This record gives sequence, C-alpha cells and structure tokens, in this order.
Amino acid sequence: METSNDIDKIQEEIISEFEMFDDWMEKYEYLIELGKDLPIISEELKTEDKLIEGCQSRVWLSSELINGKMDYRADSDAIITKGIIGLLIRVMNKQTPEVIISNELFFIKAIGLQEHLSPTRSNGLLGMVKRMKLEAIKSLNLK
Amino acid sequence: MTNTFNVLEIREEFPALRQQVYGKNLIYFDNGATSQKPQMVLDAINHFYSKENANIHRGVHYLSQRATTEYEAARTRIQKRLNAKSSNEIIFTKGTTDGINLVASSFGNMLQQGDEIIISAMEHHSNIVPWQMLCERKGLVLRVIPINIKGEILQDEYDKLLSKKTKLVAITHISNTLGTVNPIKEMIAKAHSVGAKFLVDGAQSIQHLLIDVRDLNCDFFVFSSHKVFGPTGIGVLYGKEDLLDQMPPYQGGGDMIAKVTFERTTYNELPYKFEAGTPHIAGGICLGKAFEYLESIDFKAAEAHERALAEYASQVLETFEGLTIIGDAKNKTSVVSFSVKDLHPFDLGTLLDKQGVAVRTGHHCTQPLMDFYKIPGTVRASFAFYNTMQEIDQFVIALERSLNMLK
Repeated sequence: METSNDIDKIQEEIISEFEMFDDWMEKYEYLIELGKDLPIISEELKTEDKLIEGCQSRVWLSSELINGKMDYRADSDAIITKGIIGLLIRVMNKQTPEVIISNELFFIKAIGLQEHLSPTRSNGLLGMVKRMKLEAIKSLNLK
Repeated sequence: MTNTFNVLEIREEFPALRQQVYGKNLIYFDNGATSQKPQMVLDAINHFYSKENANIHRGVHYLSQRATTEYEAARTRIQKRLNAKSSNEIIFTKGTTDGINLVASSFGNMLQQGDEIIISAMEHHSNIVPWQMLCERKGLVLRVIPINIKGEILQDEYDKLLSKKTKLVAITHISNTLGTVNPIKEMIAKAHSVGAKFLVDGAQSIQHLLIDVRDLNCDFFVFSSHKVFGPTGIGVLYGKEDLLDQMPPYQGGGDMIAKVTFERTTYNELPYKFEAGTPHIAGGICLGKAFEYLESIDFKAAEAHERALAEYASQVLETFEGLTIIGDAKNKTSVVSFSVKDLHPFDLGTLLDKQGVAVRTGHHCTQPLMDFYKIPGTVRASFAFYNTMQEIDQFVIALERSLNMLK
C-alpha cells in the first residue's frame, strides 16, 4: 500500500465527514466528541519537554518511531483543542517520517478550522503541527 | 433606566455593532480588550487623511497649520475633560503601556538604589513588568499589596508597606479581570502622606468613570485611546506639570528638542519634551473626537447603565450550577469574569464565538492574579454603555447551549 496516498485519502475522508454538518455548532459538537474519545495520555508523559505552551490552551505531544512509522500521542487541557488533535493524529499517525515531512495538511482549511492553526489563536495547535514535523525529521536523522 | 439614556439610539452610532458573525447577530462583550468606534470618530479618520493630512508643529503651509491646530485642540479637549490644570500636562503616548514605560524610564531615572515601588496583586502585566525591569536596572525594591478573595486590595497591608522608602505607588483604577473599582483617591492621599508619587492605570476606568485628576490628586494618570472609543496606537499620560518638568526626556528625536548641536542639546518645553518624532496625528485628533462624542452623551446615565448590565449578568450567571464568578468586590463595574467547574475557558469561548458572542478567555494578562485564584483563566464578559439587557439574555442562552455540549 502506498502511504502517501493514504495520508491524502484520510484527509479526504475527514473532509467528506465534515460536509455532512449544516452549521458551525454541529461541527463543534463532533469535535467535542472526538476530544472526549481521544485516549488520555498518562500524567507522567505530560512533562515540560512535551509541553507546547499556548496562550489559551496547552498541548502535550510525545512521539516514537515504531517499525519505521511515526506514533504520536497528544493531549490538551481544552476539549476542542483535543478534538482537533484527534483529527491531526488520525491523519499523521502510522505514516513514515518522509510522508509527514512532505505532506501538506489541506484538510484543516477545507473543513474551516484554519483559524485554530493561525498564530493569533495561540492554542498550541500551530506549535503542535510544527513539532509533529520536527519529530519526524529527528527520527529520520536517527535512522 | 433614565429617560436621557436611550441605548438603542446610542447603538445607531456604532456601525460595528450592526453586523452578523457566523450568521448570528454580533454580541460584543469584549469591551475590556477594546471598544467599538462611533461614526463621528470613523468620519474624522477619513476626513483627516482626505482633507487635512500634513505633518505638525513644523510646516509653514496651510495644511500643516490646520493639522497642528486640530491636534492641539484635541489635547485641550482632553485636558478639560480630565480637569487637568494645563494642556502641558497632557502627553500623547502610544497607549497605556507606553505611558507606564515612559514614567518607569524617566521618573525611574530619578530614583536611587533601595527606593521602593508599590503595586497590587491585581495589576495587568503592563503595570508589573516595566517596574520589574526598572527595579532590576536601578536596584529598587518592588512591593506587592495582597488582595482578598473578593478581589479587593487589602488596605491594612497597603498601610504596612508604605514607608519613607516608598517613592511611587502604581495601581489600576479598575481591574481588567475582576471589575473591581479601587479606592484610589484614599490610596493616593496615603501615598502622599509618606512623600510618594502615585500613578493611576486608567486603562479600564477612563471609559466608565468621569475622571477628575485634580480631585483625585494623582501624580500620573495613563490610558489608551482605543478602549475609550478612539483609534488604536495612541494614548495619554497625564502628569503634574512641576513633576514632568523635573523629569528627564524619555526618547530623543525630532520635536522634543529646543536646539541641537553636537556638543549639547537643549530640550523643548512640555508637553513636547516627551513627544519625540512625528506622532500619531490622526490618532490624537480622533481621540479628541471620541472625547467630543462622550461629551454629547449623558455619561452619568451611561455609567449607571453599565453597572446595571454587570449586575444583571452576575445575577443570571450565578444561577448556573458549577459556575463561579471571579471577583466579588463591593465596588465593581462593567466586568463579569467566571469559570465553570471542569471546563476550560477556551472551549467555552470558542463555542460562544460560534454563536456570535465575543468574549475574552484566558488569563487577561494578569497571570499572578490567576495564580492567586488557582485557575488557568476565566471567561470574561466586559460591557460598554452600548450593550443591552437583551444581549445578556442572548449570551445566557448561548452559554447554556455551550455548557450542554461540553457536559
């Protein structure tokens, strides 16, 4: 299976899921559900070096390279942020570092959540995406 | 509500209020962050750049003289409203933060190692950090007056901190996070009794209270234009003339000099000594317009309306289970800050936003205050006189829906 196709396919899937919603509140209801479903990462993983500080909400991100694929785990103190994390992880997890580095995250804009990744929002998500790519680059260097 | 104050008529003057966001009528409850602008201010901005734009204080030509006249007329208008003795006491700055930094740098230069500065535990970062930087630079000591859980400054503790070593007390008039109105007139008198000067951070009071600097007897009063219905990028430092005269200039440049040679430069007189470089001319003129607007409304009635809004919002919010109002001072206005058990303010703010309600969430640039209450932040609804009781009702419905979604 070609992984680069997969990451785009997952993004397309998410976009069509969001097309079902009529208004903003339904989108956010779904995000809240996703946030609640995201496995909580254990407190001992929430160390300072895993923390991405935002002005509004905080995000913790840890990653590992397992069998050549990235394995991300993340958490946030805000549930909507967690929901968006859930989407990002669904797209980025189990991908090779090469795919993560070169891939464009087009689904965020397509589902209208780009405001959450703007520098002004300051909820840690922009930092999280950057950190996800950075961790992929790091594991590439370790190979 | 009094007959003289018609909120619907007032709203007509503010075009930004008549819009929809995400298909919902905008409910603007973020007035503590910045205020919307009346039509006459918007017209004045357009008018200045279309008809009067020129540099001031240096041109011989018609436009320059006209712009200068307008700019100085704005200064005089501000002086009159604040009841300052002279327009020399009105220094145009970039805003509250700039005004505080000016005092910290210039007045601060006259202080000696071991001198003390007093602030309170409810200050905005911009009334903390400039003093910390000054203390580090000059070897001064920063003292902090604690507050009680209601969000009131402990006056006994203030008395204990005051001493002959105290050179300056810098306190916010109204807390941006809690809405507490501090008893600054009494606090100023106490500071003077030990020979200290007093700076009032008026960022949150100039738009809600009638300020009389001579009655307060403060030495400095700072505020931002954008929170009082004027443009961004401009503000005012009021200072007593004899004090400003003694203080060294802040920044060097054009306009602030009398004569420049490579050997020696002499400085211009007040207020220009503190206004280096081309100022925000349109900003100054349009801040004057905002003050003209304020003169045209019944400000006392507006103040009463704002208090009523905050009281009503508090009463309704108190009925929500798990919701805690942060700040319960006896004298409080225009701000209702709250947190909800197990919920993050960011989630609430995001869902309110999608329903057209603009509030502020987070620590409101008062992190030490959040530490005191042991919370990461609050949701803050802050009102202006153009807000209505109906908007509060709409806000409450939106809040209820948000809480149900997050349950």
